Amino acid sequence: MPQTLFEKIWHEHVIVTRDDGNSLLYVDRHLIHDLHFRAFAQLKAAGHSIREPEKLFGVPDHSLPTTAKLLADIPAGEMREAVEVLEQASKEFNFTHFSMTDDRHGIVHVIGPEQGITQPGLLLVCGDSHTSTHGAFGCIALGIGSTEVQHVLATQTLWQRQPKSMRITITGELGFGVTAKDIILAVIREIGTAGGTGYAIEYAGPVIEALSMEGRMTVCNMTIEAGSRCGLIAPDEKTIAYVEGRPYAPKGGEWDKAVTYWQALRSDGDAVFDKEIVIDGRTIAPMVTWGNSPQWALPVTDVVPDPASEPDASVRATMSAAIDYMDIEPGQPLSDIAVDMVFIGSCTNSRIEDLRAAAEVVKGRKAAVRTLVVPGSGLVKKQAEAEGLDQVFIDAGMEWREPGCSMCLAVNGETLGAGQRSASTSNRNFRGRQGVGSRTHLVSPAMAAAAAVTGHFTDVRKFTEDA
Amino acid sequence: MTAAPTIDPFRTFASSAVPIDIANCDTDQIIPARFLRKGSDDPDYARFLLHDLRFNTDGSETNFVFNEPAYRGAGILVADKNWGCGSSRENAVTALVANGIRAVIAPSVADIHYSNCIQNGVLPVRLSDEECATLRAQLRDGPGAEIAIDLETQTLTGPDQTRYTFEIDPFDKHRLLNGLDDISLTLEHDTTITEFAASYAARHSWAG
Repeated sequence: MPQTLFEKIWHEHVIVTRDDGNSLLYVDRHLIHDLHFRAFAQLKAAGHSIREPEKLFGVPDHSLPTTAKLLADIPAGEMREAVEVLEQASKEFNFTHFSMTDDRHGIVHVIGPEQGITQPGLLLVCGDSHTSTHGAFGCIALGIGSTEVQHVLATQTLWQRQPKSMRITITGELGFGVTAKDIILAVIREIGTAGGTGYAIEYAGPVIEALSMEGRMTVCNMTIEAGSRCGLIAPDEKTIAYVEGRPYAPKGGEWDKAVTYWQALRSDGDAVFDKEIVIDGRTIAPMVTWGNSPQWALPVTDVVPDPASEPDASVRATMSAAIDYMDIEPGQPLSDIAVDMVFIGSCTNSRIEDLRAAAEVVKGRKAAVRTLVVPGSGLVKKQAEAEGLDQVFIDAGMEWREPGCSMCLAVNGETLGAGQRSASTSNRNFRGRQGVGSRTHLVSPAMAAAAAVTGHFTDVRKFTEDA
Repeated sequence: MTAAPTIDPFRTFASSAVPIDIANCDTDQIIPARFLRKGSDDPDYARFLLHDLRFNTDGSETNFVFNEPAYRGAGILVADKNWGCGSSRENAVTALVANGIRAVIAPSVADIHYSNCIQNGVLPVRLSDEECATLRAQLRDGPGAEIAIDLETQTLTGPDQTRYTFEIDPFDKHRLLNGLDDISLTLEHDTTITEFAASYAARHSWAG
């Protein structure tokens, strides 16, 4: 029977399936970050231990101020405690931990792939919804809740019902100035923020194949914003080349065996998906979100929509509430919206390719508004500095920071003020996401850079052509 | 079944209910991120639920529906589409539980939040768009009205005594009815897991 890529990996991990269809799955890799610092005491209190600590990898990311280099630089209290407790737990339970003083530390979804912990064919989990990022390597990567985190710690397994399958094919090619971020915003706009609920999504087609691994990670990362906890892309030569030689990648004869296995990991030609979506890559433009859900995205050349033209009363109410909260007007050109701050970073867009794209726009220009540039890991930071990107940002008057999640969810002290508006390369534009009363518009790194140097949303294509 | 109950079993539940007319109500609304490091034993935990919709920055109450006297103490939420989307934060369910809320009725519930509800003895009930809209309207018209839920029979009785039936995964139902946590259930398969891990390691030696 023909199988999808997801089904092939799934079946390889099923330990038992109950009569009601729920399966107990074996977990290959478990990543954990500082917001789960309470898990270890709870685990002990329940009389459990960590079943396979060699498959657990910890890193602080959410609670790190991006000005902090040492533990003592983190404000005392729960923020520092979260980072401290995770590191202590790594010693007590003997799992790998990349501390904040180690160049290998960074956002959990950046360092997993960077270290070669993330590989094709694996089942990987993390107590974070953006775990879908890792699916870019052709593995099943699931975001889980904190009770499930404890379950994986104690048993190295997870109960799941097999999701339905959806394939999203991006045909044709991308236009000039259009990036992976624009693809995924266009996808979420197309299927809606609940469109992927109950599905695992495989991304396919020439546009996906042409993306770099960084771009594929951006696409898979925001799969959760379409309601699906798992997005994945079949591994190819690019995937294998990315993984090869990384610290936790297989070596020698094991590498050869792995590659043979990975090369067969793809959906069969006659595999049937429960749902198929096709989007023409040529129709995708640089996107900006205007509302409080990632599905409210439009080409930067468009205007704020008018709720009056929306037939569904519930949607109309949501649109009106968002327009009110965001302090924008129906019919207002998106390019007229001025921003107070720009954030370039997050597990969506903080990899080297993202920083290169932003720097290309910034080079030789000055920031019109306060701009934070936060690399996704210590190694991305070093690479960017080796390429002189840091100097491009600093020369423009931007702030070059230490790695971390920073203003994506703003629990490290870095927030927008009430009523302030950002252009942000992160993944969520929910009310208050970047601080109480904050207004967030999601864009690609190049579009964020263009907004930073002009002070308002700007079509990066025109910008680059003019240069 | 040797596993013992570790969370409050959910069999029948009747309570006043509060309508939340917000589609795509994300978990950042249900509990803002700045509370995520708080322990569930924090005496203020109940306040964190829907905090920024309920409270002004000076701590005073807004006119959000949740603050209306007739809805205080409601043990059931009737929400709109895609309740609990966004972040995987289980703290969102902890905040529901801290308020005595044992059930959320909505046309759809986001996948991770759904699992988190099950793990904490909170029943997510999926009814149609129209049924949820009807219930919300009835609750607005009759503040303080009750909804009764019987999980065994998968039925719900609205304020006007209309009976609704709902679907639920049999495994989720079993866990809720018996108050079972997954770890105790899973450890019944302890030997199978160990054997599987060994055979998996033999088949995928590079993945170890």
